[in-house]
Amino acid sequence: MTAVFLGIPTAPPGVGHLRGDRSFPDAARDSLRDGQLRANLGHATSTIRAKRAAVVGEVPDWAGLREAGRAIKAATMARLDEHLIALEAQVTARGGTVHWARDAAEANAIVTRLVQATGADEVVKVKSMATQEIGLNEALEAAGIAAHETDLAELIVQLGEDRPSHILVPAIHKNRAEIREIFLRTMPGVDPALTDDPRRLAMAARAHLRERFLRARVAISGANFAVAETGTLAVVESEGNGRMCLTLPRTLITVMGIEKVVPTWRDLEVFLQLLPRSSTGERMNPYTSLWAGVTPGDGPQEFHLVLLDNGRTATLADDVGREVLHCIRCSACLNVCPVYERTGGHAYGSVYPGPIGAVLSPQLTGVEDNASLPFASSLCGACYDVCPVAIDIPSILVHLRAEHVEAQERRTAEAVVFRGLARVMSSPRLWRLAQRTAGLGRFLARGKPTLPTALPPPASAWTRTRDLPTPPRETFTQAWAREHGS
Amino acid sequence: MRVALFATCLVDTMVPQVARATAVLLERLGHEVVVPPGQSCCGQMHVNTGYRREAVPIVANHVRAFAGAEAIVAPSGSCVASIHHQQAAVARRAGEHALADDAAALAERTWELSQFLVDVLGVTDVGAYYPHRVTYHPTCHSLRMLRVGDRPLQLLRAVRGLDLVELPAADQCCGFGGTFAVKNAETSTAMLTDKMANVLSTHAEVCTAGDASCLMHIGGGLSRLRSGTRTVHLAEILASTEEAVTPDQSTKPSLSRPTTPTVPA
Repeated sequence: MTAVFLGIPTAPPGVGHLRGDRSFPDAARDSLRDGQLRANLGHATSTIRAKRAAVVGEVPDWAGLREAGRAIKAATMARLDEHLIALEAQVTARGGTVHWARDAAEANAIVTRLVQATGADEVVKVKSMATQEIGLNEALEAAGIAAHETDLAELIVQLGEDRPSHILVPAIHKNRAEIREIFLRTMPGVDPALTDDPRRLAMAARAHLRERFLRARVAISGANFAVAETGTLAVVESEGNGRMCLTLPRTLITVMGIEKVVPTWRDLEVFLQLLPRSSTGERMNPYTSLWAGVTPGDGPQEFHLVLLDNGRTATLADDVGREVLHCIRCSACLNVCPVYERTGGHAYGSVYPGPIGAVLSPQLTGVEDNASLPFASSLCGACYDVCPVAIDIPSILVHLRAEHVEAQERRTAEAVVFRGLARVMSSPRLWRLAQRTAGLGRFLARGKPTLPTALPPPASAWTRTRDLPTPPRETFTQAWAREHGS
Repeated sequence: MRVALFATCLVDTMVPQVARATAVLLERLGHEVVVPPGQSCCGQMHVNTGYRREAVPIVANHVRAFAGAEAIVAPSGSCVASIHHQQAAVARRAGEHALADDAAALAERTWELSQFLVDVLGVTDVGAYYPHRVTYHPTCHSLRMLRVGDRPLQLLRAVRGLDLVELPAADQCCGFGGTFAVKNAETSTAMLTDKMANVLSTHAEVCTAGDASCLMHIGGGLSRLRSGTRTVHLAEILASTEEAVTPDQSTKPSLSRPTTPTVPA
């Protein structure tokens, strides 16, 4: 057999939730017209933005902490293979079993097989982006295993047969009244007098979940961090449902993207400060669970760690784009993004929405499978400013736009225009000529201060909602040359 | 000081009065202004739309046009940010290392107008007079890439007769984003609507900024609504004096008047 290198595999199509069925502008069109969604998101993101700004502002060395986070991640990615092997050795030595999954399909097959081996037909789940990414719930369901989400927002999404729209707050697109309606409709035995008081809603969810925690024999989690030197896994959460899942069932299966590893225990010091302030706007999150392997007579007696690639190695191979692997899933970038605030998460078509999603999803799937996402940004830079590990999202967006343009084998109309324009703009003589031609546009205005609103595409995309000024008769440089005789 | 003015492609072609005002202002402050005739564009639109290879000859033209200039000033935060953060990088990626070095050296001598006035010339009171109610939109690239901070506000506060009103949610993007405004026109419009709502809530006559591109976007929206609030570039306000508003500055809502620029009095 001859060895032909076909490139590092990306996340395969047909499994998981990294690809939308529509382009971003198409999907955004619908959500922009959803007034309730716009109101819910505007309220939620502005509240969390203010909370984050307050608790970040009170840390005197935030810039230093942020730089430490960035540096640790960059150094870890440079030797990712070594850290993962060290992690495997430590987890194994402490009684756990490590499984390597090349992609979503392999990870789903491994987890399904592990659950089946216990004889259980249901599992409880800790909120996890990795298992959302690979579509684990659907894979388990196909094997006759019911997966119960236990995070309140994930539960709302699951009961509502909806999709998550935010990394941290999956039901951010729903308000209290809508949540009450979902609970009344779907929760068995719910009090028909349930109100939309947040406390009453949480109590209803608590009663619903408690029963499942107590009978579950298998739990599935993700991980925020994994410490290579000790084999310790970490889950950071607010509600305590994670703690229940991580301690009560006999078997625990953790699915973790390979980029979540950190080399040393001390590294947690940095990230456990950066994460809660950036994500929920809290100084400290209520529950941080740490475990290594199994402890006889205490907690799960069987522990499996599934290390997931699913396009991460391919991402690591890109010297500009690999920075996205530093992401700690805080979602601060979503909360400040003016695009996300208006379109919501579903428009991105992936479980990773917002600015980080627009650079992460296309790299996991290959840019051509998510080609509209890198363009779903005005490059305002608010995401870069708030990122706790200083991922330069705008630069990666621009890089991926170029990767998309350069991947086109057929000549697009846009490319013809931009190539022609490049030739014109690099020649002063042609540029003056082009400016004179543009100036002729004033005749379209027939003496009015604005051009007609009904211009042909692509100008129509501008003029449908915005006026275009009538071009002047003479450019500044022409006038200056005339006056100064050059 | 001898200052080379980079008008930028958009200002030069669509709103020449902004470049004119920049020249008038710098001359009034006692500096010699030159306008290198070979200039066209910084290449930002190509880079940000994914045509970074095609941007390289545009960068080369820019570097050629301004070779030897002591100080380069542009009335655009966005173009200056591209000169600082993108030009050398795209040249280097294309293997044009000599061009990258030249572009980096040129960037060192290139300033956005408010930075040049406050940091290089050390002036905040430029002797302007502008008796209007004005609100200031800090454009994203000025704010986050160039970190111009409150320099434009310092300049505006020193303008006689000017009633400066704070813009709510000022740091929110107006939705322009270059080709974003066309490729994602609906999202861009939703962002613009919220920006306009904030501008209109100030009851300002004029919305100003350091970027003609963002102003064309906001102004285009305000004009479509027949709102009466107009957009005027920071340079035009600073160039205005008691003797004359800036040459060719329109008082019509949001739009430039299509007339031939004239020599300042």
